[in-house]
Amino acid sequence: MNILETKGLTKVYGGVVANADVDFTLRRGQITALIGPNGAGKSTFVGMVSGRIPATRGQVFFEGRDISALPAHKRIQLGMAYTFQITSVFRGLSVYENVALAAGRTLSADPEALDRRITAVLERVGIKDRSRQIAGDLSYGHQRILEIAMGLAQDPELFILDEPTQGLAESEVADFINLIRTLAGETTILLIEHNMKVVMEAADYITVLDQGMLLAEGTPAEIHANAAVQAAYLGTAVDA
Amino acid sequence: MTRFSKADALHLGILAMLVIAFFVLPTYHVGAVSRIMVLAVYAIGLNLLFGYTGLLSLGHAMFFAAGMYGFGLAIKFMAAPVLLAFVLALIAAAALSLVVGLLALRTAGVAFMIVTLMFAQTAYLVVLYFGEFTRGDEGFVLQQAERLLLGFDVTSETGRYFVAFSVFAICFLGFARLVQTPFGKRLIAIRENEERARMLGYDVGRYKLLALIVSGTISGCAGALYALLFGYVGATFASVQYSILPLLWVLLGGAGTTIGPLIGVMFMFYLIDASSAYTNSYMLIAGLVLVLLTMFAPKGIAGILRLRVMPWLP
Repeated sequence: MNILETKGLTKVYGGVVANADVDFTLRRGQITALIGPNGAGKSTFVGMVSGRIPATRGQVFFEGRDISALPAHKRIQLGMAYTFQITSVFRGLSVYENVALAAGRTLSADPEALDRRITAVLERVGIKDRSRQIAGDLSYGHQRILEIAMGLAQDPELFILDEPTQGLAESEVADFINLIRTLAGETTILLIEHNMKVVMEAADYITVLDQGMLLAEGTPAEIHANAAVQAAYLGTAVDA
Repeated sequence: MTRFSKADALHLGILAMLVIAFFVLPTYHVGAVSRIMVLAVYAIGLNLLFGYTGLLSLGHAMFFAAGMYGFGLAIKFMAAPVLLAFVLALIAAAALSLVVGLLALRTAGVAFMIVTLMFAQTAYLVVLYFGEFTRGDEGFVLQQAERLLLGFDVTSETGRYFVAFSVFAICFLGFARLVQTPFGKRLIAIRENEERARMLGYDVGRYKLLALIVSGTISGCAGALYALLFGYVGATFASVQYSILPLLWVLLGGAGTTIGPLIGVMFMFYLIDASSAYTNSYMLIAGLVLVLLTMFAPKGIAGILRLRVMPWLP
């Protein structure tokens, strides 16, 4: 069964169509990249999936259940995790407390299990030695990693990452790809990404959005060979 | 764990000092500290909403007044015993907080400030409108005989001090505990980054409403306590001045710290007290000090302590 499905999902901003009748399916346990030129409506799309942005019309199904009417926090409670395009952590709190808030929704009644989860997640992403640091004092790259840690700490069924490698150094991008690959099979990942290296190396499956509409779907090899995609997007991006 | 025990030691140490203060301070200051403790309860109430949840209410006087009038009117018109009147006062404040919260929390930021200010003005005008019962600006006095707490006279200096101390201690320690619970930490999360908190699956609207209800009820508790200990109920306490004062206390003492409210009230009380000994225009001196503190210590006194010497300060 597909973990996520949308039917006719549409968003209109005062006459501008950001997403037009997007029918999308997301396969369970895979890493799917959502790509497309700037302004293709990728962030709007995942915003509507996660409930941050109200849809103009259309439906969202999560685990076969229609969640179109649920507010964002209820969707997250069903097992979605979401990282923002623009880094969004609790800047005044320590790294540990940031992750504790993420894991605490389900584990706050059991302090020991909570502590174990936090330690395990921080170890996994490699910032355990910084757990006492204030999040706002971390470097940009570490803040992005912290945000990913906050997503993982929720043990999500579906993990939506909105441009996680934006602004990262090349070595950090390589670490990110490795981290994401280790998550394959554990959870389903929907990745919005501009960096073609990340997409080609990390994704099992690619969906291309162009001008608010679904343009193509397929494996990285298929997408690479797709003429329509090349015209719309890859031709310029890969050469650049 | 050291962090927790240090904070606990600090809180208990402050309470111990307040007990000792009663025995060593001259009468004038004993009376002053009684008043300070009552007003500090009020500041604790606002601190939960403003300092911890990040919601700036400019209308907390309505909750203080709800407690004060809930208590005073219950005694005046129902001849209710003190404890019952106190419970009614808390219910009145909680109910008002719920209604105001449901409406005002539909807004955020500056709009929230204005809406709470408007609600408080309405509350003030309601008090004046029903002057037949509330005696309006003039207010009314609760007789000594009406202020027996389980047969115990709270109008004596000793009685007043220790009733104020007991209620303060409960609110102070309860509050310190509350902000360490998952509930308290989620309020801080909302203050730090509301959208992030929502996208971690927290029902931000519900948490804010709960914070407002607890905050309003604590403020109402202070209002009822004031009426009980000082025997006076008047519309001044519903005026805009009494919405701004707790904000100043919290800002001066340190918003978002457990000890800030007490420090702020005490500092401001003695600032005005000391400067009025020299000049009639004492508010000028108070104002100047406030401006300087805001410029050089925007996080308040406890905020500075946390930054410089006590990073573990809760």
